[in-house]
Amino acid sequence: MANKKNKHSRRQFFSKTVPVAIGTIGGVGLVAQSCQQANNDEEKISLLSADGQLVEVNKSALTKVPYKPVPPDEARKGIPGKHFVMVVDLARCRNARKCVKSCDHHHQLTPDRPFIKVLRMQDNKTSAPYWMPKKCFHCDNPPCVKVCPVGATYKRSDGLVLIDNERCIGCRFCMAACPYSARVFNWGEPKHQDGDRPYSPETSIPSQVGTVEKCDFCPDMLRQNKVPHCITACPNGALYFGDRNADSVTNGSETVRLSTLLKDKAGYRYHEELGTEPNVYYLPPVDRSFPFKEAPEGQPS
Amino acid sequence: MIKNENISDEQFNQKVEKDLLAHLTVNQKRNNIFIFLLIAIVLVGMFAYYRQIRYGLIVTSMRDYTSWGVYISNFVFFVAISLVGSLISSMLKLSKATWSTPLTRISEIIAIAAIFCASIIIIVDMGRPDRFLNVVIYGRIQSPILWDVMIISTYLVISILLLYLSLIPDLALCRDKLTGVSGVRKWFYRVFSVNWKGSPEQYKILHSIIAMLSIVVLPIAFAIHTVTSWLFSTTWRPGWDSTNLGPYFVSGALMAGAAVIIVAMYFIRNVYNLKEYLTDKVFDHMGKLLVLLSLIYLYFNINEYLGPAFKMVGVEGEHIIELFVGKYAGMYWAVQILGLILPIVILSFAWGRKPLPMLIISMLALLGAWFKRFLIVIPSLQHPYLPIQDVDESYRHYIPTWEEWAITFASFAACLLIITFLLRVLPAIPIWEMKRGVEPKSQEA
Repeated sequence: MANKKNKHSRRQFFSKTVPVAIGTIGGVGLVAQSCQQANNDEEKISLLSADGQLVEVNKSALTKVPYKPVPPDEARKGIPGKHFVMVVDLARCRNARKCVKSCDHHHQLTPDRPFIKVLRMQDNKTSAPYWMPKKCFHCDNPPCVKVCPVGATYKRSDGLVLIDNERCIGCRFCMAACPYSARVFNWGEPKHQDGDRPYSPETSIPSQVGTVEKCDFCPDMLRQNKVPHCITACPNGALYFGDRNADSVTNGSETVRLSTLLKDKAGYRYHEELGTEPNVYYLPPVDRSFPFKEAPEGQPS
Repeated sequence: MIKNENISDEQFNQKVEKDLLAHLTVNQKRNNIFIFLLIAIVLVGMFAYYRQIRYGLIVTSMRDYTSWGVYISNFVFFVAISLVGSLISSMLKLSKATWSTPLTRISEIIAIAAIFCASIIIIVDMGRPDRFLNVVIYGRIQSPILWDVMIISTYLVISILLLYLSLIPDLALCRDKLTGVSGVRKWFYRVFSVNWKGSPEQYKILHSIIAMLSIVVLPIAFAIHTVTSWLFSTTWRPGWDSTNLGPYFVSGALMAGAAVIIVAMYFIRNVYNLKEYLTDKVFDHMGKLLVLLSLIYLYFNINEYLGPAFKMVGVEGEHIIELFVGKYAGMYWAVQILGLILPIVILSFAWGRKPLPMLIISMLALLGAWFKRFLIVIPSLQHPYLPIQDVDESYRHYIPTWEEWAITFASFAACLLIITFLLRVLPAIPIWEMKRGVEPKSQEA
């Protein structure tokens, strides 16, 4: 944290920089990969300095400046003009659990209490079982928000339902109210947490004992014009994410029209009758990419 | 009440004063042992709570699915018990039942102790009790929790007023008549009897205030338990998602309230030797009242379970199976038969309405009331719409840990401690209401 002081100035410096060689876009101040692969000290990068000079800098001298998530007050405002949705293609899920792992990793969760659960669903005895990745549905009529006594959980203009764990009193009414069991509680002191990071409801890090948390749709990624971690982690392209207002969703490799996708594949939502208006759609498990295979021994199910 | 009706009013009143003040001055060694025992239980509970504060709610058996446990069911139990105050000093008073007059003070004391314990227990259940003030700072009126906080504090205030105002003439009596009590108590009686002289004008004001309060407390009392039921019925959980829940909770609470007053008056009558006032006749009346309230509760029970059990829809059906023949069947049928059917049957007979059988039956009813609330809170949470998978095995069961039991028992002990303490300094039976000829004639009619 020695470079904390000049982080800000460097960020401004980089954001003004035009010919950044690495070719990353969107990431504010994200420049070099790392020192390990840049043993070659000769490699230089051209940067535009604050006083308008073009300077050459050793690549190894550059470090990655992490994205700074927005503070709790700002996190209450949605990203203007957006309304985020997720589409899960059940035909493509084979319980690979990559989404769970990447989510656990990025939210610093222990495996016993993941945000994403992959449920083995079977509607009745004769119908075929299938895997259902389940996150928070970010409902448009969220029961959890309605019951929260302190406004610790809230609905944003961009459709996201987030939690401010600095305000949560731990009454767990939201957990009782959520019909999808999307919420997890920090029953004990959270483990493996990077306590130095400033808290943001947009990253849900660091967790706090005695407060509720859940899948947040990774708004820190969304602010950087990226998709949530689980979307890119899925090896089968089962998870789509996008903006309802723009009518487009992507699974990382293909971008499609939301309305067309839902129409062509008969998308539906779970427990429509509850009136919660979820923002996670499911495509039925027909014409499957994989035959259904039971979970291996040892996997909690 | 007192059999000999031939003695003059003055003699009668002197006897009443002497009898009813007696328990405030006797040496209560046995009582002390009881109090030490209660304090010990509270201390164990406080140690358990210290562990919970230190390690978090992980010390409980609650996990992500069973996210509410005995704390919440115990909270509902205490809220239920607190309805006893309004049952006796409002409903029975307004229906002009004079036999219940000796019970008013006891019922108000129990009500206050129960609300106090309910408030403590709900703070114990919080994951972040240090942020309790957030409820005030960031309170959102649309949350049923806010409604509950408001209605419970309102009920507490009215209950305290009801207890205190009806105490004033008796406190003045203690001030004037009690000798050989400590200086602190003398000071307490002097200050809190607020210069009561017992003039007809003062009685007139007192009567009209108490009459007003006993009307005001009635809707509040109904609201306190109805709102508590809304904490559940505003969600989609099986067993909670029911429009029947309000009256179901209120009727159950009134039944538990009647049971708790029977238990209390049995012990008060024996320990304080008040057989002449808490007569067999009073027990008989309370027994009949308990039968009536149990029948009403039975009616709402049938309403609560018949519909879902007939339809057996999805998780609602799974929940019913769990209760009727599954994991919780033993507890469920014990509660329904021993805690509800048996009281109705036994108390329907005159021999069942004698003090001892009534004590046993009322204790069963109370035990049933506690476990009934366990059955209302916990099994519902174990039947979510989407199956419980992908979590640790411990998330599927709920068996309260010693910390949860210790805190629960401590809450009972604290409740008893408050009641015992108040009965040491306050006359257990309202003396001025038992006297003859002191009240203005118009009020008697």
